[in-house]
Amino acid sequence: MSIAHEFDYAKPASLKEALALLARPVPGGAVSLAGGTDLVAWLRDGAVSPGRLVDLKGLAELRGIRLKGGKLWIGAAATFAEIIASPLVKRHAPLLVESSGLVASVGVRNRATIGGNVCSAVPCCDSGPTLLVHEAVVHVATPRGQKRIPMKQWFLGPRRTALAKGGIVLGFSLPLAKHAGAFAKLKRYRGEDLAQASVGVRVDAKGVWRVAYGSVAPTPIRGPKVERLLKGVKKPDAALLKKAVALAEAEVAPITDIRSSDIYRRLMVGVMLKRAVRLAAARLAGRGPAYGINVMEEDAQ
Amino acid sequence: MKEIAIRLNGEVRRVAVAPNETLLDVLRAKLGVKTPKEGCGRGDCGACTVLLDGKAVRSCLILAIEVDGQSVVTLEGVGKAGPTALQKAFVKNNVFQCGFCAPGVILSASALLVEKPQPSEHDVREALAGNLCRCTGYAPIVATVLAVAKKSAKKKPASRRARS
Ligand SMILES: Cc1cc2nc3c(=O)[nH]c(=O)nc-3n(C[C@@H](O)[C@@H](O)[C@H](O)COP(=O)(O)OP(=O)(O)OC[C@H]3O[C@@H](n4cnc5c(N)ncnc54)[C@H](O)[C@@H]3O)c2cc1C
Ligand code: FES
Ligand code: FES
Repeated sequence: MSIAHEFDYAKPASLKEALALLARPVPGGAVSLAGGTDLVAWLRDGAVSPGRLVDLKGLAELRGIRLKGGKLWIGAAATFAEIIASPLVKRHAPLLVESSGLVASVGVRNRATIGGNVCSAVPCCDSGPTLLVHEAVVHVATPRGQKRIPMKQWFLGPRRTALAKGGIVLGFSLPLAKHAGAFAKLKRYRGEDLAQASVGVRVDAKGVWRVAYGSVAPTPIRGPKVERLLKGVKKPDAALLKKAVALAEAEVAPITDIRSSDIYRRLMVGVMLKRAVRLAAARLAGRGPAYGINVMEEDAQ
Repeated sequence: MKEIAIRLNGEVRRVAVAPNETLLDVLRAKLGVKTPKEGCGRGDCGACTVLLDGKAVRSCLILAIEVDGQSVVTLEGVGKAGPTALQKAFVKNNVFQCGFCAPGVILSASALLVEKPQPSEHDVREALAGNLCRCTGYAPIVATVLAVAKKSAKKKPASRRARS
Protein backbone atom coordinates (compact mmCIF):
# COMPACT_ATOMS: atom_id res chain seq x y z
CA MET A 1 0.00 0.00 0.00
CA SER A 2 1.60 3.19 -1.08
CA ILE A 3 -0.32 5.42 1.36
CA ALA A 4 -0.06 3.99 4.86
CA HIS A 5 -2.23 6.59 6.51
CA GLU A 6 -6.03 6.11 6.55
CA PHE A 7 -8.57 8.87 6.02
CA ASP A 8 -12.16 9.49 4.96
CA TYR A 9 -13.03 10.87 1.54
CA ALA A 10 -15.99 13.05 0.61
CA LYS A 11 -16.92 14.73 -2.65
CA PRO A 12 -19.52 17.39 -1.83
CA ALA A 13 -21.76 18.74 -4.59
CA SER A 14 -22.27 22.19 -3.04
CA LEU A 15 -20.00 24.85 -1.59
CA LYS A 16 -22.04 24.97 1.61
CA GLU A 17 -21.60 21.23 2.13
CA ALA A 18 -17.87 21.49 1.37
CA LEU A 19 -17.35 24.25 3.94
CA ALA A 20 -19.30 22.22 6.52
CA LEU A 21 -17.18 19.12 5.84
CA LEU A 22 -14.00 21.16 6.25
CA ALA A 23 -15.29 22.66 9.51
CA ARG A 24 -16.62 19.46 11.09
CA PRO A 25 -14.03 18.17 13.58
CA VAL A 26 -12.19 14.95 12.76
CA PRO A 27 -8.96 13.58 14.29
CA GLY A 28 -6.12 14.82 12.08
CA GLY A 29 -8.28 17.56 10.58
CA ALA A 30 -9.97 17.96 7.21
CA VAL A 31 -8.19 19.25 4.08
CA SER A 32 -9.23 20.17 0.57
CA LEU A 33 -8.24 18.01 -2.40
CA ALA A 34 -8.05 19.44 -5.91
CA GLY A 35 -5.75 17.77 -8.48
CA GLY A 36 -3.78 15.98 -5.77
CA THR A 37 -0.40 16.51 -7.46
CA ASP A 38 0.94 17.99 -4.23
CA LEU A 39 -1.43 16.52 -1.66
CA VAL A 40 -1.26 12.88 -2.78
CA ALA A 41 2.54 13.11 -2.96
CA TRP A 42 2.59 14.48 0.62
CA LEU A 43 0.23 11.66 1.74
CA ARG A 44 2.53 9.08 0.16
CA ASP A 45 5.53 10.62 1.92
CA GLY A 46 3.67 10.72 5.23
CA ALA A 47 4.29 14.47 5.37
CA VAL A 48 0.62 15.12 6.17
CA SER A 49 -1.94 12.90 7.91
CA PRO A 50 -5.43 14.42 7.65
CA GLY A 51 -8.51 12.56 8.86
CA ARG A 52 -10.70 13.68 5.98
CA LEU A 53 -10.15 14.68 2.36
CA VAL A 54 -12.77 16.99 0.89
CA ASP A 55 -12.63 16.69 -2.91
CA LEU A 56 -13.43 20.08 -4.46
CA LYS A 57 -13.79 18.76 -8.02
CA GLY A 58 -17.58 18.55 -7.72
CA LEU A 59 -18.02 22.28 -7.07
CA ALA A 60 -19.30 24.29 -10.04
CA GLU A 61 -18.16 27.55 -8.37
CA LEU A 62 -14.50 26.59 -8.82
CA ARG A 63 -14.71 25.68 -12.50
CA GLY A 64 -14.36 27.67 -15.66
CA ILE A 65 -12.54 30.61 -17.17
CA ARG A 66 -14.65 33.58 -18.29
CA LEU A 67 -15.03 37.35 -18.42
CA LYS A 68 -16.98 38.55 -15.39
CA GLY A 69 -17.60 42.14 -14.25
CA GLY A 70 -14.90 43.52 -16.55
CA LYS A 71 -12.29 41.11 -15.17
CA LEU A 72 -10.85 37.81 -16.31
CA TRP A 73 -12.14 35.13 -13.92
CA ILE A 74 -10.11 31.95 -13.51
CA GLY A 75 -11.73 29.28 -11.37
CA ALA A 76 -9.47 27.75 -8.71
CA ALA A 77 -10.05 24.28 -10.15
CA ALA A 78 -8.84 25.28 -13.64
CA THR A 79 -5.97 22.97 -14.55
CA PHE A 80 -2.81 24.32 -16.15
CA ALA A 81 -3.78 22.43 -19.32
CA GLU A 82 -7.14 24.24 -19.40
CA ILE A 83 -5.44 27.60 -18.81
CA ILE A 84 -2.95 27.04 -21.64
CA ALA A 85 -5.77 26.04 -24.03
CA SER A 86 -8.09 28.93 -23.10
CA PRO A 87 -8.58 31.57 -25.84
CA LEU A 88 -9.62 34.07 -23.12
CA VAL A 89 -6.38 33.63 -21.18
CA LYS A 90 -4.41 33.86 -24.42
CA ARG A 91 -6.10 37.15 -25.24
CA HIS A 92 -6.22 38.85 -21.82
CA ALA A 93 -3.42 37.29 -19.73
CA PRO A 94 -1.00 35.61 -22.15
CA LEU A 95 1.72 35.73 -19.50
CA LEU A 96 -0.26 33.07 -17.67
CA VAL A 97 -0.04 30.86 -20.77
CA GLU A 98 3.73 31.32 -20.70
CA SER A 99 4.18 30.52 -17.00
CA SER A 100 1.64 27.66 -16.96
CA GLY A 101 3.35 26.03 -19.94
CA LEU A 102 6.52 25.76 -17.87
CA VAL A 103 4.86 23.93 -14.96
CA ALA A 104 5.92 20.28 -14.72
CA SER A 105 4.92 18.17 -17.75
CA VAL A 106 1.73 17.48 -19.69
CA GLY A 107 0.68 14.56 -17.44
CA VAL A 108 0.87 16.77 -14.34
CA ARG A 109 -0.61 19.85 -16.06
CA ASN A 110 -3.69 17.82 -17.06
CA ARG A 111 -4.47 17.44 -13.36
CA ALA A 112 -2.72 20.19 -11.35
CA THR A 113 -4.85 23.27 -10.65
CA ILE A 114 -3.88 26.92 -10.31
CA GLY A 115 -5.79 27.11 -7.01
CA GLY A 116 -3.80 24.22 -5.55
CA ASN A 117 -0.58 25.81 -6.81
CA VAL A 118 -1.04 29.04 -4.84
CA CYS A 119 -2.50 27.22 -1.82
CA SER A 120 0.57 24.98 -1.58
CA ALA A 121 2.52 28.25 -1.65
CA VAL A 122 6.01 26.84 -2.13
CA PRO A 123 8.54 29.58 -3.00
CA CYS A 124 9.01 28.15 -6.51
CA CYS A 125 5.32 28.01 -7.50
CA ASP A 126 5.17 29.22 -11.09
CA SER A 127 1.76 30.90 -10.76
CA GLY A 128 3.03 33.20 -8.01
CA PRO A 129 5.02 35.77 -10.00
CA THR A 130 2.43 35.90 -12.80
CA LEU A 131 -0.55 36.47 -10.49
CA LEU A 132 1.49 39.06 -8.55
CA VAL A 133 2.30 41.17 -11.62
CA HIS A 134 -1.34 40.96 -12.72
CA GLU A 135 -2.35 42.25 -9.26
CA ALA A 136 -4.92 39.46 -9.21
CA VAL A 137 -7.45 39.16 -6.40
CA VAL A 138 -8.03 35.81 -4.68
CA HIS A 139 -11.71 35.10 -4.01
CA VAL A 140 -12.16 32.97 -0.92
CA ALA A 141 -15.21 31.32 0.69
CA THR A 142 -15.31 30.71 4.44
CA PRO A 143 -18.16 29.58 6.70
CA ARG A 144 -18.53 33.27 7.65
CA GLY A 145 -18.88 34.53 4.09
CA GLN A 146 -16.79 35.41 1.06
CA LYS A 147 -13.62 37.47 1.09
CA ARG A 148 -11.31 39.05 -1.48
CA ILE A 149 -7.59 38.96 -0.80
CA PRO A 150 -5.16 40.89 -3.04
CA MET A 151 -2.35 38.65 -4.30
CA LYS A 152 0.16 40.97 -2.64
CA GLN A 153 -1.21 39.91 0.76
CA TRP A 154 -1.63 36.24 -0.10
CA PHE A 155 1.77 34.62 0.55
CA LEU A 156 2.84 34.79 4.21
CA GLY A 157 5.78 32.38 4.16
CA PRO A 158 6.85 29.04 2.72
CA ARG A 159 3.62 26.97 2.58
CA ARG A 160 1.76 29.69 4.50
CA THR A 161 -1.02 31.79 2.99
CA ALA A 162 -3.68 34.28 4.08
CA LEU A 163 -6.35 31.55 3.65
CA ALA A 164 -8.13 30.98 6.96
CA LYS A 165 -8.35 27.37 8.13
CA GLY A 166 -11.28 25.64 6.44
CA GLY A 167 -11.46 28.29 3.72
CA ILE A 168 -11.82 27.47 0.04
CA VAL A 169 -10.30 29.43 -2.83
CA LEU A 170 -13.01 29.96 -5.44
CA GLY A 171 -10.86 31.61 -8.07
CA PHE A 172 -8.90 34.63 -9.20
CA SER A 173 -9.95 37.84 -10.89
CA LEU A 174 -7.46 39.65 -13.10
CA PRO A 175 -7.98 43.30 -14.14
CA LEU A 176 -8.10 43.80 -17.91
CA ALA A 177 -5.75 46.30 -19.57
CA LYS A 178 -3.58 46.46 -22.65
CA HIS A 179 -0.20 45.12 -21.65
CA ALA A 180 2.66 42.83 -22.56
CA GLY A 181 4.71 40.49 -20.42
CA ALA A 182 7.31 37.76 -20.24
CA PHE A 183 8.11 34.90 -17.88
CA ALA A 184 11.61 33.50 -17.46
CA LYS A 185 12.22 30.22 -15.62
CA LEU A 186 15.64 28.87 -14.78
CA LYS A 187 15.83 25.07 -14.59
CA ARG A 188 18.65 22.56 -14.25
CA TYR A 189 17.73 20.90 -17.52
CA ARG A 190 15.10 21.02 -20.25
CA GLY A 191 11.79 19.33 -19.64
CA GLU A 192 10.19 19.26 -16.22
CA ASP A 193 11.94 20.86 -13.27
CA LEU A 194 11.03 23.16 -10.42
CA ALA A 195 12.41 26.68 -10.81
CA GLN A 196 15.87 27.54 -9.53
CA ALA A 197 14.64 31.08 -10.04
CA SER A 198 11.84 32.73 -11.99
CA VAL A 199 11.04 36.27 -13.10
CA GLY A 200 7.70 37.58 -14.34
CA VAL A 201 7.35 41.07 -15.84
CA ARG A 202 4.38 43.03 -17.13
CA VAL A 203 4.38 46.45 -18.82
CA ASP A 204 1.33 48.47 -19.81
CA ALA A 205 0.76 51.04 -22.57
CA LYS A 206 2.02 53.86 -20.30
CA GLY A 207 5.27 52.11 -19.59
CA VAL A 208 4.35 51.13 -16.03
CA TRP A 209 6.32 48.01 -15.16
CA ARG A 210 5.49 45.31 -12.65
CA VAL A 211 8.11 42.76 -11.71
CA ALA A 212 7.95 39.63 -9.54
CA TYR A 213 10.44 36.93 -8.60
CA GLY A 214 10.00 33.26 -7.61
CA SER A 215 12.35 30.88 -5.78
CA VAL A 216 14.57 33.68 -4.50
CA ALA A 217 12.81 34.55 -1.23
CA PRO A 218 10.58 32.70 1.28
CA THR A 219 7.63 33.45 -1.02
CA PRO A 220 7.16 34.83 -4.54
CA ILE A 221 7.76 38.60 -4.20
CA ARG A 222 7.29 41.84 -6.14
CA GLY A 223 10.32 43.90 -7.21
CA PRO A 224 9.43 47.50 -6.23
CA LYS A 225 12.91 48.97 -6.79
CA VAL A 226 13.16 47.75 -10.37
CA GLU A 227 9.56 48.83 -10.99
CA ARG A 228 10.33 52.41 -9.84
CA LEU A 229 13.47 52.59 -11.93
CA LEU A 230 11.77 51.48 -15.15
CA LYS A 231 8.59 53.52 -14.66
CA GLY A 232 7.51 55.34 -17.82
CA VAL A 233 10.15 53.78 -20.06
CA LYS A 234 8.54 51.50 -22.62
CA LYS A 235 11.84 50.43 -24.14
CA PRO A 236 14.66 50.54 -21.57
CA ASP A 237 18.11 51.01 -23.13
CA ALA A 238 21.27 49.14 -22.18
CA ALA A 239 22.34 51.68 -19.54
CA LEU A 240 18.98 51.56 -17.77
CA LEU A 241 18.89 47.76 -17.95
CA LYS A 242 22.31 47.63 -16.32
CA LYS A 243 20.96 49.62 -13.39
CA ALA A 244 17.87 47.40 -13.26
CA VAL A 245 20.03 44.27 -13.09
CA ALA A 246 21.94 45.65 -10.09
CA LEU A 247 18.70 46.53 -8.31
CA ALA A 248 17.21 43.10 -9.05
CA GLU A 249 20.26 41.36 -7.60
CA ALA A 250 19.89 43.51 -4.49
CA GLU A 251 16.14 43.12 -3.94
CA VAL A 252 16.03 39.30 -3.83
CA ALA A 253 17.00 37.14 -0.84
CA PRO A 254 17.82 33.65 -2.14
CA ILE A 255 19.04 30.66 -0.15
CA THR A 256 21.21 27.70 -1.10
CA ASP A 257 19.33 24.42 -1.53
CA ILE A 258 19.35 21.22 -3.58
CA ARG A 259 18.60 23.10 -6.82
CA SER A 260 21.26 25.83 -6.64
CA SER A 261 23.41 28.12 -4.53
CA ASP A 262 22.25 31.51 -3.29
CA ILE A 263 24.85 33.41 -5.29
CA TYR A 264 24.00 31.62 -8.55
CA ARG A 265 20.32 32.48 -8.02
CA ARG A 266 21.11 36.12 -7.25
CA LEU A 267 23.28 36.60 -10.33
CA MET A 268 20.91 34.72 -12.63
CA VAL A 269 17.96 36.84 -11.50
CA GLY A 270 19.75 39.81 -13.07
CA VAL A 271 20.25 37.97 -16.37
CA MET A 272 16.66 36.77 -16.33
CA LEU A 273 15.26 40.21 -15.59
CA LYS A 274 17.19 41.69 -18.50
CA ARG A 275 15.93 39.08 -20.95
CA ALA A 276 12.35 39.24 -19.68
CA VAL A 277 12.23 43.06 -19.84
CA ARG A 278 13.63 43.07 -23.40
CA LEU A 279 11.11 40.45 -24.48
CA ALA A 280 8.16 42.26 -22.86
CA ALA A 281 9.25 45.58 -24.41
CA ALA A 282 9.41 43.93 -27.85
CA ARG A 283 5.99 42.37 -27.38
CA LEU A 284 4.53 45.71 -26.27
CA ALA A 285 5.80 47.19 -29.53
CA GLY A 286 4.05 44.39 -31.44
CA ARG A 287 7.23 42.44 -32.11
CA GLY A 288 8.88 39.51 -30.38
CA PRO A 289 8.00 35.82 -30.30
CA ALA A 290 4.52 34.57 -29.37
CA TYR A 291 3.83 33.67 -25.74
CA GLY A 292 4.65 30.15 -24.66
CA ILE A 293 8.45 30.20 -24.70
CA ASN A 294 11.15 30.31 -22.03
CA VAL A 295 13.73 33.07 -22.61
CA MET A 296 16.20 31.00 -20.60
CA GLU A 297 16.37 28.36 -23.33
CA GLU A 298 18.85 29.14 -26.06
CA ASP A 299 16.53 28.59 -29.02
CA ALA A 300 14.15 31.21 -27.61
CA GLN A 301 16.59 34.09 -28.03
CA MET B 1 -14.41 0.62 1.47
CA LYS B 2 -16.54 2.05 -1.28
CA GLU B 3 -17.56 0.44 -4.55
CA ILE B 4 -16.57 2.51 -7.56
CA ALA B 5 -17.34 1.89 -11.22
CA ILE B 6 -14.84 2.82 -13.90
CA ARG B 7 -14.89 2.25 -17.62
CA LEU B 8 -11.56 0.45 -17.98
CA ASN B 9 -10.39 -0.07 -21.55
CA GLY B 10 -13.98 0.11 -22.72
CA GLU B 11 -15.48 -2.27 -20.14
CA VAL B 12 -17.33 -1.18 -16.98
CA ARG B 13 -15.53 -2.59 -13.95
CA ARG B 14 -16.73 -2.37 -10.35
CA VAL B 15 -14.29 -2.60 -7.50
CA ALA B 16 -14.28 -1.87 -3.77
CA VAL B 17 -11.56 0.60 -2.79
CA ALA B 18 -10.36 2.30 0.38
CA PRO B 19 -9.83 6.10 0.17
CA ASN B 20 -6.06 5.70 0.58
CA GLU B 21 -5.58 3.40 -2.43
CA THR B 22 -4.02 5.04 -5.47
CA LEU B 23 -5.42 4.42 -8.93
CA LEU B 24 -2.09 2.82 -9.86
CA ASP B 25 -2.32 0.30 -6.99
CA VAL B 26 -5.94 -0.56 -7.74
CA LEU B 27 -5.26 -1.05 -11.46
CA ARG B 28 -2.32 -3.34 -10.79
CA ALA B 29 -3.39 -5.23 -7.67
CA LYS B 30 -7.19 -5.39 -7.96
CA LEU B 31 -7.98 -5.06 -11.65
CA GLY B 32 -5.12 -7.12 -13.05
CA VAL B 33 -3.86 -4.41 -15.37
CA LYS B 34 -0.08 -4.52 -15.21
CA THR B 35 1.23 -2.17 -17.89
CA PRO B 36 1.12 0.99 -15.73
CA LYS B 37 4.37 0.82 -13.73
CA GLU B 38 5.48 2.44 -10.53
CA GLY B 39 8.76 4.22 -11.21
CA CYS B 40 9.08 7.15 -8.83
CA GLY B 41 5.68 7.25 -7.14
CA ARG B 42 5.82 11.06 -7.07
CA GLY B 43 4.81 12.36 -10.47
CA ASP B 44 8.28 12.69 -11.99
CA CYS B 45 8.77 9.73 -14.33
CA GLY B 46 5.53 9.02 -16.21
CA ALA B 47 5.82 5.22 -15.96
CA CYS B 48 2.37 5.11 -14.33
CA THR B 49 0.69 7.15 -17.12
CA VAL B 50 -2.92 6.27 -17.96
CA LEU B 51 -5.51 8.14 -20.01
CA LEU B 52 -8.27 9.53 -17.78
CA ASP B 53 -11.22 10.64 -19.94
CA GLY B 54 -8.72 10.75 -22.82
CA LYS B 55 -6.03 12.80 -21.05
CA ALA B 56 -2.61 11.53 -19.98
CA VAL B 57 -2.33 11.66 -16.17
CA ARG B 58 -0.14 10.23 -13.38
CA SER B 59 -2.01 7.32 -11.77
CA CYS B 60 0.43 7.30 -8.81
CA LEU B 61 -0.88 10.72 -7.72
CA ILE B 62 -4.59 9.98 -8.14
CA LEU B 63 -6.75 8.19 -5.60
CA ALA B 64 -8.87 5.42 -7.13
CA ILE B 65 -11.93 6.77 -5.32
CA GLU B 66 -11.56 10.08 -7.22
CA VAL B 67 -12.17 8.52 -10.63
CA ASP B 68 -15.52 6.89 -9.86
CA GLY B 69 -17.62 7.09 -13.04
CA GLN B 70 -14.73 8.07 -15.31
CA SER B 71 -13.02 6.30 -18.21
CA VAL B 72 -9.50 4.91 -17.86
CA VAL B 73 -7.41 3.61 -20.74
CA THR B 74 -4.16 1.73 -20.22
CA LEU B 75 -1.86 0.21 -22.80
CA GLU B 76 -3.98 -2.97 -22.67
CA GLY B 77 -6.81 -0.86 -24.15
CA VAL B 78 -4.70 0.79 -26.83
CA GLY B 79 -3.50 -2.51 -28.25
CA LYS B 80 -6.80 -4.35 -27.80
CA ALA B 81 -7.45 -4.93 -31.49
CA GLY B 82 -3.79 -5.57 -32.28
CA PRO B 83 -0.85 -3.15 -32.17
CA THR B 84 -1.49 0.38 -33.48
CA ALA B 85 0.61 1.93 -36.24
CA LEU B 86 2.59 3.73 -33.54
CA GLN B 87 3.29 0.54 -31.60
CA LYS B 88 4.37 -1.27 -34.77
CA ALA B 89 6.72 1.56 -35.66
CA PHE B 90 8.21 1.60 -32.15
CA VAL B 91 8.94 -2.13 -32.46
CA LYS B 92 10.31 -1.82 -35.98
CA ASN B 93 12.66 1.03 -34.99
CA ASN B 94 13.73 -0.76 -31.82
CA VAL B 95 13.12 2.36 -29.74
CA PHE B 96 12.85 0.60 -26.37
CA GLN B 97 15.35 -1.55 -24.52
CA CYS B 98 14.07 -2.63 -21.09
CA GLY B 99 10.58 -1.36 -21.93
CA PHE B 100 9.75 -0.01 -18.47
CA CYS B 101 8.90 3.43 -19.86
CA ALA B 102 7.13 2.06 -22.95
CA PRO B 103 3.49 1.97 -21.72
CA GLY B 104 3.71 5.58 -20.54
CA VAL B 105 5.48 6.77 -23.67
CA ILE B 106 2.96 5.06 -25.95
CA LEU B 107 -0.03 6.46 -24.05
CA SER B 108 1.37 10.01 -23.95
CA ALA B 109 2.25 9.90 -27.63
CA SER B 110 -1.14 8.39 -28.55
CA ALA B 111 -2.97 11.15 -26.64
CA LEU B 112 -0.88 13.75 -28.47
CA LEU B 113 -1.66 12.28 -31.89
CA VAL B 114 -5.38 12.29 -31.13
CA GLU B 115 -5.25 15.92 -30.01
CA LYS B 116 -2.81 17.05 -32.69
CA PRO B 117 -2.48 14.58 -35.56
CA GLN B 118 0.33 16.62 -37.15
CA PRO B 119 2.57 17.67 -34.27
CA SER B 120 5.84 19.57 -34.61
CA GLU B 121 9.02 18.17 -33.10
CA HIS B 122 8.58 20.68 -30.26
CA ASP B 123 5.05 19.34 -29.62
CA VAL B 124 6.35 15.76 -29.44
CA ARG B 125 9.18 16.66 -27.07
CA GLU B 126 6.76 18.65 -24.91
CA ALA B 127 4.22 15.79 -24.78
CA LEU B 128 6.93 13.30 -23.79
CA ALA B 129 8.96 15.56 -21.47
CA GLY B 130 7.40 13.88 -18.45
CA ASN B 131 8.10 10.33 -19.62
CA LEU B 132 11.61 9.45 -18.55
CA CYS B 133 13.53 6.71 -20.36
CA ARG B 134 16.77 5.59 -18.75
CA CYS B 135 17.83 3.25 -21.58
CA THR B 136 17.49 4.42 -25.13
CA GLY B 137 17.66 8.16 -25.25
CA TYR B 138 14.85 10.15 -26.74
CA ALA B 139 15.93 10.74 -30.34
CA PRO B 140 14.55 7.48 -31.80
CA ILE B 141 11.30 7.82 -29.82
CA VAL B 142 10.69 11.38 -31.06
CA ALA B 143 11.68 10.54 -34.64
CA THR B 144 9.31 7.57 -34.69
CA VAL B 145 6.32 9.55 -33.40
CA LEU B 146 6.98 12.19 -36.08
CA ALA B 147 7.34 9.58 -38.82
CA VAL B 148 4.08 7.87 -37.85
CA ALA B 149 2.26 11.22 -37.81
CA LYS B 150 3.62 12.09 -41.24
CA LYS B 151 2.62 8.73 -42.68
CA SER B 152 -0.87 8.96 -41.20
CA ALA B 153 -1.39 12.36 -42.85
CA LYS B 154 -1.63 10.39 -46.07
CA LYS B 155 -3.87 7.71 -44.54
CA LYS B 156 -6.30 7.64 -41.62
CA PRO B 157 -5.40 8.95 -38.13
CA ALA B 158 -2.78 6.69 -36.55
CA SER B 159 -4.03 6.27 -33.05
CA ARG B 160 -7.79 6.61 -33.05
CA ARG B 161 -8.03 3.56 -30.88
CA ALA B 162 -6.29 5.32 -27.99
CA ARG B 163 -9.62 6.90 -27.04
CA SER B 164 -11.68 3.66 -26.80
C1 LIG C 1 6.38 15.99 -10.97
C2 LIG C 1 5.86 17.32 -10.54
C3 LIG C 1 6.40 18.47 -11.06
C4 LIG C 1 5.95 19.72 -10.66
N1 LIG C 1 6.50 20.83 -11.23
C5 LIG C 1 6.02 22.06 -10.90
C6 LIG C 1 6.53 23.23 -11.52
O1 LIG C 1 7.39 23.16 -12.39
N2 LIG C 1 6.04 24.44 -11.11
C7 LIG C 1 5.08 24.55 -10.16
O2 LIG C 1 4.67 25.66 -9.84
N3 LIG C 1 4.56 23.44 -9.56
C8 LIG C 1 5.02 22.21 -9.90
N4 LIG C 1 4.50 21.10 -9.31
C9 LIG C 1 3.50 21.28 -8.26
C10 LIG C 1 2.11 21.52 -8.85
O3 LIG C 1 1.71 20.40 -9.59
C11 LIG C 1 1.17 21.79 -7.71
O4 LIG C 1 1.56 22.92 -6.96
C12 LIG C 1 -0.28 21.95 -8.19
O5 LIG C 1 -0.49 23.13 -8.93
C13 LIG C 1 -1.20 21.90 -7.01
O6 LIG C 1 -2.53 21.83 -7.48
P1 LIG C 1 -3.40 20.52 -7.23
O7 LIG C 1 -4.71 20.80 -7.87
O8 LIG C 1 -2.70 19.31 -7.63
O9 LIG C 1 -3.55 20.63 -5.63
P2 LIG C 1 -3.63 19.52 -4.51
O10 LIG C 1 -2.43 18.69 -4.48
O11 LIG C 1 -4.96 18.84 -4.57
O12 LIG C 1 -3.66 20.50 -3.23
C14 LIG C 1 -2.51 21.24 -2.87
C15 LIG C 1 -2.82 22.05 -1.60
O13 LIG C 1 -3.74 23.09 -1.86
C16 LIG C 1 -4.93 22.94 -1.11
N5 LIG C 1 -6.00 23.32 -2.04
C17 LIG C 1 -6.13 22.94 -3.33
N6 LIG C 1 -7.15 23.59 -3.93
C18 LIG C 1 -7.66 24.42 -2.98
C19 LIG C 1 -8.74 25.37 -2.99
N7 LIG C 1 -9.47 25.61 -4.10
N8 LIG C 1 -9.01 26.03 -1.84
C20 LIG C 1 -8.26 25.80 -0.72
N9 LIG C 1 -7.24 24.93 -0.66
C21 LIG C 1 -6.94 24.25 -1.77
C22 LIG C 1 -4.93 21.50 -0.65
O14 LIG C 1 -5.62 21.35 0.56
C23 LIG C 1 -3.45 21.23 -0.49
O15 LIG C 1 -2.99 21.73 0.74
C24 LIG C 1 4.93 19.83 -9.70
C25 LIG C 1 4.34 18.67 -9.18
C26 LIG C 1 4.79 17.42 -9.59
C27 LIG C 1 4.17 16.19 -9.02
S1 FES D 1 5.36 6.43 -10.89
FE1 FES D 1 3.92 7.96 -11.29
S2 FES D 1 5.13 9.45 -12.27
FE2 FES D 1 6.62 8.02 -11.64
S1 FES E 1 13.51 1.50 -22.51
FE1 FES E 1 14.23 1.26 -20.49
S2 FES E 1 13.41 3.01 -19.56
FE2 FES E 1 12.90 3.36 -21.58
